[in-house]
Amino acid sequence: MTTPNLTRRAVVSTAGAALLTSASGLTLPARAQTVAATPTMRGGANNYRPGAPIMERIGNGGFWTTGTVRRAGDGAPLAGRRIQVWAHTTEGHERDARSHGATLTDADGVFRIEMPQIVPAFGQPHAHLAYDAEYDDGGFETVFLRPVMERASDTSLHVEFVLRPV
Amino acid sequence: MSLLRGVVAWGALALAIAVPLIAAAQSPLLQWREPLYVIAGFSGIVGLALLLVQPLLITGVLPGIPARRIHIWTGMALVFAVVVHVAGLWVTSPPDVVDVLLFRSPTPFSVWGAVAMWTLFATAILAAVRKQLGLRIWRLGHSVAAVVIVTGTVVHAWLIQGAMENVTKGALCVIVLGAGAWALCRRRVWRMLR
Repeated sequence: MTTPNLTRRAVVSTAGAALLTSASGLTLPARAQTVAATPTMRGGANNYRPGAPIMERIGNGGFWTTGTVRRAGDGAPLAGRRIQVWAHTTEGHERDARSHGATLTDADGVFRIEMPQIVPAFGQPHAHLAYDAEYDDGGFETVFLRPVMERASDTSLHVEFVLRPV
Repeated sequence: MSLLRGVVAWGALALAIAVPLIAAAQSPLLQWREPLYVIAGFSGIVGLALLLVQPLLITGVLPGIPARRIHIWTGMALVFAVVVHVAGLWVTSPPDVVDVLLFRSPTPFSVWGAVAMWTLFATAILAAVRKQLGLRIWRLGHSVAAVVIVTGTVVHAWLIQGAMENVTKGALCVIVLGAGAWALCRRRVWRMLR
């Protein structure tokens, strides 16, 4: 058997390279493609109303908030999940009860709720959405989102939830 | 001739402030806001406008008034405008204002407004004790604070999607920056550094 003739330079450079790649996080463990969980956004929970009722439509409608709810990891759609939506609209301020409503996801993990037109408030045209574990069967962590609309004139907003199992 | 200059200066100032205010008053957003929220917003616009008045008073281009004396009163009015602005927003949406004051707001313009506000309050305290400070410290401190307040307020206002109309807002912002820079140059504040 022949032993490789290791020079000091080879040892130092190999060890250095190994240290560098592991420390810099450049290595990726070999695993199936995973879907990362959606983190709660700053200010997402502002003016939240726990337990806002499930409804067909908030106020007189005209604006559509749609989205999907999936499970972190395999990305499987989650049915029957309760999502609350609220915003400053043409019919009320964010903190008003009439500006809040909830809906459930269908079998494909899709939710749709009609609400009054969102208008810019506090400097940005934005919505708030919540998945609150307290008002659900549980099994997933609570997430609060605060997406900003691209244009104030938009008449719909699409939001994707990826929930982390508890 | 000097009468004409005075009329032009006062006219230009009135125009520079009135046009953006009138444009903002036409905003469709106002119909969906409660009165207190509208007052809070306009209090912010008034604050921005007062930042134009302040340097003009100190450079003495506005004739026929005790400008130095009025500069102090306008300063107090500016503090009042900011207090109304923040208090009105607080009542409208408490958690959003708490986030701003704790420097954790998601909106990029908030931090500029918060820094300008605290600097303004610090300046008010500085002005109250200026006799004990000595001329050099007072003038340098007040000038640095003025730069922070003007810059912070202009960036804050510019980034907000609100009642102000974009062209008139931009114009007022540029005029406020220009007037501030011009006053600093006229007063040659950097002499105090020697």
